[in-house]
Amino acid sequence: MEWHMKTPLGLEDIEKLEAGDIVYISGEILTARDEAHARILEFAENGEELPFSLEGAVIYHCGPLMHQTGEGKDEEKKEREEGKEEKVGWKVVSAGPTTSGRMSKMTPPLLEVHRVRAVIGKGGMKNVSEAMKGSCVYLAYTGGCAALAAELIKEVVTVHWLDLGMPEAVWVLRVEEFGPLIVGIDSKCRDIFAEIREKAEKVLAEMKN
Amino acid sequence: MSSKLSRETFIRSLVDLLRKAETELSDDVVNSIRKAEAREESPVAKSQFQAILKNIKIAETHGVPMCQDTGILIFFVELGSEFRPEFDLEAAIREAAALATREIPLRPNAVDPLTRKNSGDNTGNGIPDIHWKLVPGRQLKVTVAPKGAGSENMSALRMLNPTEVGSIKNFVLETVINAGGMPCPPLTLGVGIGGSFDKAARLAKEALLEPLDTPMSEFEKEILEAVNALGIGCMGLGGSTTALAVHVKTAHCHTASLPVALNIQCWANRHASIVFGGDE
Repeated sequence: MEWHMKTPLGLEDIEKLEAGDIVYISGEILTARDEAHARILEFAENGEELPFSLEGAVIYHCGPLMHQTGEGKDEEKKEREEGKEEKVGWKVVSAGPTTSGRMSKMTPPLLEVHRVRAVIGKGGMKNVSEAMKGSCVYLAYTGGCAALAAELIKEVVTVHWLDLGMPEAVWVLRVEEFGPLIVGIDSKCRDIFAEIREKAEKVLAEMKN
Repeated sequence: MSSKLSRETFIRSLVDLLRKAETELSDDVVNSIRKAEAREESPVAKSQFQAILKNIKIAETHGVPMCQDTGILIFFVELGSEFRPEFDLEAAIREAAALATREIPLRPNAVDPLTRKNSGDNTGNGIPDIHWKLVPGRQLKVTVAPKGAGSENMSALRMLNPTEVGSIKNFVLETVINAGGMPCPPLTLGVGIGGSFDKAARLAKEALLEPLDTPMSEFEKEILEAVNALGIGCMGLGGSTTALAVHVKTAHCHTASLPVALNIQCWANRHASIVFGGDE
């Protein structure tokens, strides 16, 4: 099945997704990788409120390469100094998915405190299907397709925690028809990556016999 | 030839070469991916192939890097014995790498291995990695191969027993299963057999430079068929093509050793070459 969805996602959106389905997402998504995950968990531990909402959110495992528009351009700098242009804009240069496996351990505790409905990344995640049961899905985006991803990101809405560095900050991106995303782990505990690995191991065992 | 190649021309040519490597794949690689897409029957895998082909086109059309992991920069230099450069080649290559990082731009990926401090311009201690080879003739050939971490991290080396020649294939298969979708299949597999601990790894990396349309030996075909029978598929989501090609390079080794290295390459099999001088 092929689905086209808008964020924020509700439970009814993801419950109908089956492992292997193809999904395209429009709306806002948030990037988060290693450091952002660690900080989100720290906030939860201290009972602090996040500067962004993860209610029905879509998290994208991505460390984008961003270009600050206006930087170094004298005219625009002058305008900013004169107060004509207060906001410094950002433009996406390259924004493909990073290896999700690194976030495998931090994801179940994060899902306990935030109602994140989808996680986008590459390569799959280990031992998260139980934590995602009935609440979240894992969507695989084609690894290395950074030029394609940059085209589908229409706007950098805002950025949080830039002190973590450009790749580790939380970027809020407005995307249109972002995909194709493959449902790698659905909300009913079906994990394609685990199934494929199991099959491959069986094939190898037979070859060895 | 007393080379009339100027330092400036050399550096500029290398920056252009790097841009080409990061934004365009060679025809043999694109054709191989296209063929795999055409014979793929799994709709999921097909969608992944199509995304890759679309991405390749966008990168080439807009002159932007095809992957945000623009890799660490690895150079293979073949220096003709009669080619006499009038400047320090290594320093010029380093300068080209830093310049390309700013101009293209490339993601600064080079860090100190222990402090993890980023140098900011893709140069550093031992980086870019330059492999020198002295060859007969009047030419200077430079090949650059940017290598991403996703696939490099899943590569492996094993010192087998000399009696375990029959286990080489299993070592490759186990490593590919362990890698799953993480190195961004469809893969190219470079296998280095023999030599020594480090030579095997170098052979494996050199094997990745072979054009994908180079005819494979029976042994290479046997490994490729077995890898594809695993069904890992494009991006590890299942499918008939996990690897596009297997290339093996061998060297004589100690009678008591059998080093085997597998260097895994993602679909973005990036490399480009340029030849300077020589009117032979």
